Amino acid sequence: MNSEAAWEGSVQTQPERKTKKRSLAADARRSFKKHWQLYLVVLPPLLFFLIFKYYPMANAVLAFKDYNVIKGIWGSPWVGMRNFKLFFDNPIFWDLIRNTIFLSGYLLLAGFPIPILLALMLNEIRSGRFKRVVQLVTFAPYFISTVVMVSIIMLFLAPRLGFANIALNHLGFDSINFLGEPGMFRSIYVWSDIWQTAGYSAVIYLAALAGIDPTLYEAAKVDGASRFQKIRHVDLPGILPTIVVILILNVGNVMAIGFEKVYLLQNPLNQSTSEIIATYVYSIGLLNANYSFATAVGLFNSVINLVLLLLVNGLAKRLTSTSIW
Amino acid sequence: MQAQAAKRTTIRESAGDRIFMAVVYTILAIVLIAVLYPLIYILSSSISSPAAVTSGRVFLWPVDISFKGFETLFKTPAILTGYGNSIFYTAFGTLISVALTVMIAYPLSRKTFFGRNAIMMIITFTMIFSGGLIPTYMVVKSLHLIDTRWALLIPNAIWVWQVIIARTFFQASIPEELAEAAEIDGCSDLRFMRSVVIPLSKPILAVLVLMYAVGQWNAYFDALIYLKSANLFPLQLVLRSIIIQNNSSGMMDAMKMVERQQLSELLKYSLIVVATLPVLVIYPFVQRYFVQGMLVGSVKG
Repeated sequence: MNSEAAWEGSVQTQPERKTKKRSLAADARRSFKKHWQLYLVVLPPLLFFLIFKYYPMANAVLAFKDYNVIKGIWGSPWVGMRNFKLFFDNPIFWDLIRNTIFLSGYLLLAGFPIPILLALMLNEIRSGRFKRVVQLVTFAPYFISTVVMVSIIMLFLAPRLGFANIALNHLGFDSINFLGEPGMFRSIYVWSDIWQTAGYSAVIYLAALAGIDPTLYEAAKVDGASRFQKIRHVDLPGILPTIVVILILNVGNVMAIGFEKVYLLQNPLNQSTSEIIATYVYSIGLLNANYSFATAVGLFNSVINLVLLLLVNGLAKRLTSTSIW
Repeated sequence: MQAQAAKRTTIRESAGDRIFMAVVYTILAIVLIAVLYPLIYILSSSISSPAAVTSGRVFLWPVDISFKGFETLFKTPAILTGYGNSIFYTAFGTLISVALTVMIAYPLSRKTFFGRNAIMMIITFTMIFSGGLIPTYMVVKSLHLIDTRWALLIPNAIWVWQVIIARTFFQASIPEELAEAAEIDGCSDLRFMRSVVIPLSKPILAVLVLMYAVGQWNAYFDALIYLKSANLFPLQLVLRSIIIQNNSSGMMDAMKMVERQQLSELLKYSLIVVATLPVLVIYPFVQRYFVQGMLVGSVKG
């Protein structure tokens, strides 16, 4: 937002502003008159946000009502916090919280450092060819769709004909029904995710590394630093702000872990670890048409997520003076 | 000269550094193989014979090369319909998305546009908070978009991230002075957008088109919740039904049981290739646009 502050300053130095006292209404009037075409242009996208993003937020009052199809959202009777109470008292509540947090916590712990390590290693390599090939190949799986990704996982881990089990059999082990084991669900989810996105996520760190002041490297060289010391004392501090911002975003999204892949990997056998809040909202809300209750569960999740994001951002601001706002 | 200089520095590297580099190269080589292998395996399987795939004889290269999988795919109506639908959704969805994104990003990049900060806040807030699945579904339902093609084109047409990227680009590359000069010459905002902004913004338009197109091609969630008629399904949903739900009946009628089983295994590999190839083939040529888009956005973020 710095650029904006700079801009405010520059506008105030314009001659017409100097003579007149700054008034919002006058600014608005002048802007409408000057840019009426732009206001027309901006109208359709703005309507999009109001209809498809803000109207649903208003619809979320459903969480405090007992939805009745005939009476509609606004005519249905209020029930206060009953839907939330039902959710908190439901034995599945703690399972959902645990599954959601464990899955995204695991993803964060394993998935966050790997792109950083990948970028640091790639940055050490000076030979262009090998570096380019590694980057090109590791970036590619990012373009694979969730459906195809899960299809690949299922083909590789299939109980009978899957590659993993054929390999196990060759080595003299018994076959494992990977996707039917609740204990393996999280690892399958997390490591396939890392396979798919590590190369993509490394790009941002590579860019940060490229932006480090070259004189620092020269100074390190003069001081006789080894490659490892150089990484430790020049590279890492250099990309720390980037690391913090990405960490904030990741931690802030811990409760917002995607529905899409979990849902596709889910089956009755692994449900005890794979049922997360998002999949529960889908099955309760859309499959069982329990709208009010599902809205309450979803709203609970959104609010927790928002609070978490603000909290982490505030914490990072105090500790490292880096934040996303 | 240069080669000599480079040589000297490598000689000067300490033993520790050389070991360190050896470790780095080894790890990266393992990473390379770990990422590449599954992709090659799938491609090889898709062009092997059905019997070789089901007996687990494919390890790296294709065995008994055959195109039976692809032949069957292109004779299956559900897949052809899905492919056609996906092309339709990708083409029109991208068109709508890019147009709307530019329409909001450009005005927001103008410094004299009153309300830009307020609007920016309104739209970035949607990134961190949403009404949720059910309330959104109810809006789409009340607009009678359920089970129509529009349901995949409109409700998620604008990604806030793309607006931020485009706006940052406009701010950096279209100087305010240029717009002012055009204004003094009597050029309207619309005309300026059409004849100056758009032609000057080809790199960012490429980024937007590619990101939206890949997103649309790969999406399945909206189709899952909003569509009911099979003839509207995009390829990803067809894929889900055939591979993940193992539902390949109706694709092969008059065939022996064993043959059918073998073919249905093979078809899964062929399907993955058919669904992913369009994206992966163009990817090496457009990778830089994606990287660019990521970086433009992160400067601001």
